[in-house]
Amino acid sequence: MKRRVVVTGMGAVTPLGVGARLLHERWAAGVCGIADRAGRCADFEPSDHLSVKEVRRLDRFAQFALVAAAEAIAQAGWEEELPYDALRVGCVIATGIGGQETVEAQLDVLRERGPRMVSPLGIPQYMPNAAAAAVSMKHRLQGQTYGVVSACSGGAHALGSALRMIQCGDADAAVAGGTEATLTPFAFASFDAMQALSPTGISRPFDARRDGFVMGEGAGVLVLEEAEAAARRGATVLGELVGYGSTADAYHLTAPRPGGEPAARAIEFALRDAGLTAEQIDYVNAHGTSTQLNDAAETVALKTALGEERARQIPVSSTKSAIGHLLGAAGAVEAVATIETLRTGVIPPTLGYEVPDPELDLDFVPGEARPLAVGNGRRPAAISNSFAFGGHNVTLVLSAPERPEPGP
Amino acid sequence: MPAVTAEQVEARVIETLASFGPDAEDITRSSTFEELDIDSLDLVELAQIVEDEYGVVLKGEDMKELRTVGDAIDLIVSRAG
Repeated sequence: MKRRVVVTGMGAVTPLGVGARLLHERWAAGVCGIADRAGRCADFEPSDHLSVKEVRRLDRFAQFALVAAAEAIAQAGWEEELPYDALRVGCVIATGIGGQETVEAQLDVLRERGPRMVSPLGIPQYMPNAAAAAVSMKHRLQGQTYGVVSACSGGAHALGSALRMIQCGDADAAVAGGTEATLTPFAFASFDAMQALSPTGISRPFDARRDGFVMGEGAGVLVLEEAEAAARRGATVLGELVGYGSTADAYHLTAPRPGGEPAARAIEFALRDAGLTAEQIDYVNAHGTSTQLNDAAETVALKTALGEERARQIPVSSTKSAIGHLLGAAGAVEAVATIETLRTGVIPPTLGYEVPDPELDLDFVPGEARPLAVGNGRRPAAISNSFAFGGHNVTLVLSAPERPEPGP
Repeated sequence: MPAVTAEQVEARVIETLASFGPDAEDITRSSTFEELDIDSLDLVELAQIVEDEYGVVLKGEDMKELRTVGDAIDLIVSRAG
């Protein structure tokens, strides 16, 4: 019997504000955090949350992670003292790119002032594991700690890795998520050169007019604990990470395999891992990037994995319609949004979805938020997809907290 | 290069260290880098600023011997003189 893993804390820094609840509340209210072709964390002021030293020594991507982790850890009630042996608490934080602002700033220093003036803080700021290291140091987490690098699937891979770490008994708890801060001239130019970004700056996943993704920034971090240990210490459970599946397309550097077959397998593996069937899934938090190829392949993959009929019944919405694509943070931020959806019973809509694409014929929750419909007092469950350049596919299955006893 | 006074170096070093994290009022000649939470990476940055401003090149082995803020100021002044 696998050890069960519950979520006891969540934190998020997103274009909708600093805070996990804000993300879901504002998205559900129809607020879009995108402006001028980007999902910027405009409300994020590093010195509101971090010391002078932390601000100076951490790239923006690690700052986001530290702030999201602090929120999650406070919610879990870990602030005063870790409830576990520190060596049994892991920390896995993904990023797609790493400290891109630092790379660009230090390249300017190199070219303008020469190699002797390049900062000794360059590498420790831009290394992709800097966020995991910062969170581990701040909260004295001494179990397995590392960064995960799988582009836009990173956040979901981080959660999957942490899940397995706890299930296998290598850890009793973990702090896991993803972070990204790449709203830089070079990153825009690079994605633009690929024609991946929306020229109109509108993120409208699954809509017939979709024309590319909108880059966003931010972080999502969750505290995961082994369920029995969490119950023993009386922790408040926000949800449960019940399944994880991951595959690779082995097809193309950037394009998804057209039939979405390996992506469908990831969904199936995750459902099998969770011991759930398509009938028991009440919501899909889609990868839904607003690119032609992703949204088409994801629709096919959902139909393949869930069955055409069931796929059409399940509401599917994309967080990226409200905040853009947070790359390596996306999977974690979307896991936070998914848990909030299950907890509150409110499904936020796919913002901007107005013109259906005849090929993409699922229920993409147009217009406004709607209540989560769950059959026969079942525990609500959802899947959250992440797909990436490089052909990495990840599906997480999340469920609402178990009710201690049936209601009257 | 114009002559550099010890007072100028002291003011510049303290200002730089304060920008690294510790409060300026906590920084005196007798403060140790350890108590100010200034580590070797910070000291390399300090050395870069010193080199840029005073043309004094401080190497890794020079920095290793430094324990207090006063040690750093004295070294810079002696090299600049």
